[in-house]
Amino acid sequence: MSVREAPPPSLALGGDAGFVVRLDAFSGPLDLLLHLLREEQLEIADIPIARICDQFLLAIHELGLNQAADYLEMASRLVRLKAQLLLPRNLDDEGWEDPRAELVRRLLEYQQIREIAIGMGRAADRRAERFARGYLPPAPELPPPPLTLDLLELLQAVERVIAAIPSPVLHRVVARPLDVEGAMRRVVWLLENRESIGWREALGDAPTIADVLSTLLALLELAKRGSVHLVQPAPFAPMVIARDPAGATT
Amino acid sequence: MTPLAQLLEAALFSAARPLTAEELCTLDPDATLADVRTALEQLREHYEFDQHGVEVVEIAGGYQILSRSQFAAAIERAQFSQRAARLTAAALETLAVIAYRQPVGRAEIEEIRGVSAGGVLRTLQERGLIEVVGRSEGMGRPLLYGTTPLFLELLALRDLADLPKAEELTIALQPHRPETEGEDDAAAYVPAES
Repeated sequence: MSVREAPPPSLALGGDAGFVVRLDAFSGPLDLLLHLLREEQLEIADIPIARICDQFLLAIHELGLNQAADYLEMASRLVRLKAQLLLPRNLDDEGWEDPRAELVRRLLEYQQIREIAIGMGRAADRRAERFARGYLPPAPELPPPPLTLDLLELLQAVERVIAAIPSPVLHRVVARPLDVEGAMRRVVWLLENRESIGWREALGDAPTIADVLSTLLALLELAKRGSVHLVQPAPFAPMVIARDPAGATT
Repeated sequence: MTPLAQLLEAALFSAARPLTAEELCTLDPDATLADVRTALEQLREHYEFDQHGVEVVEIAGGYQILSRSQFAAAIERAQFSQRAARLTAAALETLAVIAYRQPVGRAEIEEIRGVSAGGVLRTLQERGLIEVVGRSEGMGRPLLYGTTPLFLELLALRDLADLPKAEELTIALQPHRPETEGEDDAAAYVPAES
């Protein structure tokens, strides 16, 4: 009757936390149920539901609920079966079906699958003893070795990287060429003797781009302070810089 | 040995998987399938007669050269090769259900085994032992699983018909023998206690 290859660990109940590990020896509630039936040397076809139910509940008692969902489902089935069998049935009913029939069918079916599985396990073991050509266990993926290099190597590497750049862009930092303060002093000096000056006069002779920008910023700064008055008589006409009347009074 | 048998030996030696007779037939345009089978038989007998350490095995619909099992321990001790990892009981049970009921859905597997099967199915799929072979017409169109050629290789089966027949099993699926009427539960579980 026994289809197990090796006797499963016996269920020492009422015990310690190690019980969960031992229950892992069973591949499911049906397996555990079969084991209990075998221990008691009971016929599958004639299960004493009440006793097996109690033993089953005892066996899963120590389990955490989340691990035991499958077992709990079976436990509830057993409890229901127990209740069904305890309730008086209409005995005159010819077609009375044993409520255990479904469970018995499942147990027998499962037992058959177990037998097949064990046979398949043996076949796999026999096959594993014969090696095929070119079988290589997949090599475990190794982490890369730690990086070791000295300063010289690092510098050489940096040089190689720089050499590989087609045209190295080197940014030259230069002092700010704009001289806004100087341009402001210049404009104020020009306006000391005259009511207004033209834009070109303010720039001076042969102005560079830096001079133009400096003068522009100086004019804007002076206009903001109210020292000068900027007028453009017509669109695109040269700007006229006049002494601000209000500023002149102060 | 004939030149064809030599050629087949070389081909089987260099392949990492079983080769079918049809595949082996492509080696030599002049050889018929019958020639190949005869040559394979010759090669097998040659290995047997000379007591070679390897043998020609029919496996997964093809032929493969395998070392003989009596050398497994020595080879493994020397770490020249390694046995494939054993499957767990849960994996074997699931494979058994699939092998006999394929194509079969997850719900039926879980019904038979009484436990959820998601993790085991994924593992078996990753190992290439089962594959999705279709979808059921039923509610939600669940996936249906079947076994792969690798499954046959794992068990050294020629084909699925090599599995034991359901009716040959010692525990056959029998119809439940009817209870005698009126027997109550108390009578059922007391006698066994003695």
